[in-house]
Amino acid sequence: MTQSTKTRTRTVAVPEGNGHHLSVSAGKLPRNAALLTAAFSTAVGIVLGLILGSGLTLMAFLGWVVFVVAYPVWALSIEGRRKATDRTVQALAWSIFVLAMAPLVSLVYTVVLKGGPVVTPDFLSRDMTGFASLGQGGGIYHAIMGTIMVTAIAAIIAVPIGVFTAVYLVEYGAGRRLAQSITFLVDVMTGIPSIVAGLFAVALFIVITGDPLPRLGIGGGVALALLMIPTVIRSVEEMLKLVPNDLREASYALGVPKWRTIVKVVLPTSVAGIVTGITLAIARVAGETAPLLLIVGTYPEANWSPFDGAVQTLPVFIYTSLAATSDVKYGDIWTDRVWGAALVLIIIVMALNLIARVIGNVFAPKSGR
Amino acid sequence: MAKSIEVKDLDIYYGNFLAVEGVNVGIKARSVTAFIGPSGCGKSTVLRSLNRMHEVIPGARVEGEVVVDGQSLYDSSVDPVAVRREIGMVFQRPNPFPTMSIYENVLAGNRLNAKKLKKADADATVERALKSANLWNEVKDRLNKPGMDLSGGQQQRLCIARAIAVRPQVLLMDEPCSALDPISTSAIEDLIHELKTEYTIVIVTHNMQQAARVSDDTGFFNLKAVGEPGRLMEFNSTNKMFSNPDNESTEAYVSGRFG
Repeated sequence: MTQSTKTRTRTVAVPEGNGHHLSVSAGKLPRNAALLTAAFSTAVGIVLGLILGSGLTLMAFLGWVVFVVAYPVWALSIEGRRKATDRTVQALAWSIFVLAMAPLVSLVYTVVLKGGPVVTPDFLSRDMTGFASLGQGGGIYHAIMGTIMVTAIAAIIAVPIGVFTAVYLVEYGAGRRLAQSITFLVDVMTGIPSIVAGLFAVALFIVITGDPLPRLGIGGGVALALLMIPTVIRSVEEMLKLVPNDLREASYALGVPKWRTIVKVVLPTSVAGIVTGITLAIARVAGETAPLLLIVGTYPEANWSPFDGAVQTLPVFIYTSLAATSDVKYGDIWTDRVWGAALVLIIIVMALNLIARVIGNVFAPKSGR
Repeated sequence: MAKSIEVKDLDIYYGNFLAVEGVNVGIKARSVTAFIGPSGCGKSTVLRSLNRMHEVIPGARVEGEVVVDGQSLYDSSVDPVAVRREIGMVFQRPNPFPTMSIYENVLAGNRLNAKKLKKADADATVERALKSANLWNEVKDRLNKPGMDLSGGQQQRLCIARAIAVRPQVLLMDEPCSALDPISTSAIEDLIHELKTEYTIVIVTHNMQQAARVSDDTGFFNLKAVGEPGRLMEFNSTNKMFSNPDNESTEAYVSGRFG
């Protein structure tokens, strides 16, 4: 009985296996199909462009249209619907990626091209005293130092506040009313326009100094700190949340008090992400212009005292120099200075980003696997 | 140094939810006590209440008494941190500290509490703990490698070494073998047998064979019905529990008729 059932199942199964081949093989475009199509559509674009007698932009656009149509159609004819859809989406995703990259690449290219020749050791080591405003020499040493000083002040204020707030939110506040309202306020703070942060700093230092129009490095630090704090809180909070609860429990179970668990287990485990987040926050405010325009002003030479008088910073230098480019006689040299300062500012911000990555790798918990 | 534990009329709450009700257990010193029962019946909760670890979860509280060697753990004068130094714990999933080496992981109980140890003492502690955890021979040549480099079973033994390095009175184990393969499980069971001469051990397990193999006494937890709090249905010597239990539901569970 069992025997016969088995046999019957087998005899039923065999013709089925023979009748329907597993259809897992299908046509396939060559590996470099995308490149081939791209070459083809570029050619078509150029030819069409020449026929229509128009410029590069139209050629690029026509080429793109041809590609987006031809690539999926080719796939449809050989590979079938599913692959064609896949390739359509791929083509669109790549198009959008290129679209997003274009301004960035163009910006870096232009700044390097125009600012590169300007950035000489001389440009980096001189300030704007003496005849500089008359188009002779001059440099941005004072602005670089000012930017570094003001940003450092901002970091000194914002990092402890941000880290401690995040520690409170994650380790102590979870679910409490106070923590919820802090989270809400941090969200609100993220949306503060930078000019308002500058106004806040001005108002604060009017009250403190009694000066109707205070110009102080520390004021810039306060304004930037205000912009940094929510970013720092957010990123540190996310990093602390990533620390597995198992580790906290392991530490508690060894009779380690909560604060020690935070200091010696939670923070070291997440230090890579925390440092990365802080560095990115610093990079983000280093290029901030509006609040500095209001509270630190401009100054032709390095001012090392954050408590006394205006400080020159790179973004503000760029802004004020731009106004001078319309000068009939000295306009060109001011234009050069703008590009040079812009390049230096980009380099500083990029360097901070790179440092963040390196630090992230160095501090990351090491695993042999 | 091992201590006995007396649990009297213990009710455990999470917020307003009564999770476990009316537990009465006497855990003997220098013995292994196993808690068995279906998932969600409160075994781990009871275990965690024995060293006040359940308080880590916001809203958790207990009523009733846990007395270790005459000292009630839930007196207002008792510091939970100090309790946990005396009553160590091993968790379900191995959780070595990822920022620390094997050596530092074993010494974590001392280091994290900023206890200064002389180099020689520290070395001796590490060697003793790793030897008692049956891990010494496997790791003695790479003590400075990250603890996360070890295999799952080795990591779990590392966690046991870490727990016993601080010389606790009692060792609580919350399903220590559930994430491990049979070979590592058997290594840890052997280890439990050895540790029993020095420590009082309470182990939660889903594996009834394991309970039968390692424990002297067994407690069976069950829910009366869905939504009702968990309770301790029966507490007896392991032999009796697995051959001739008093409670019908114990017999049903042990013989595999449910759960």
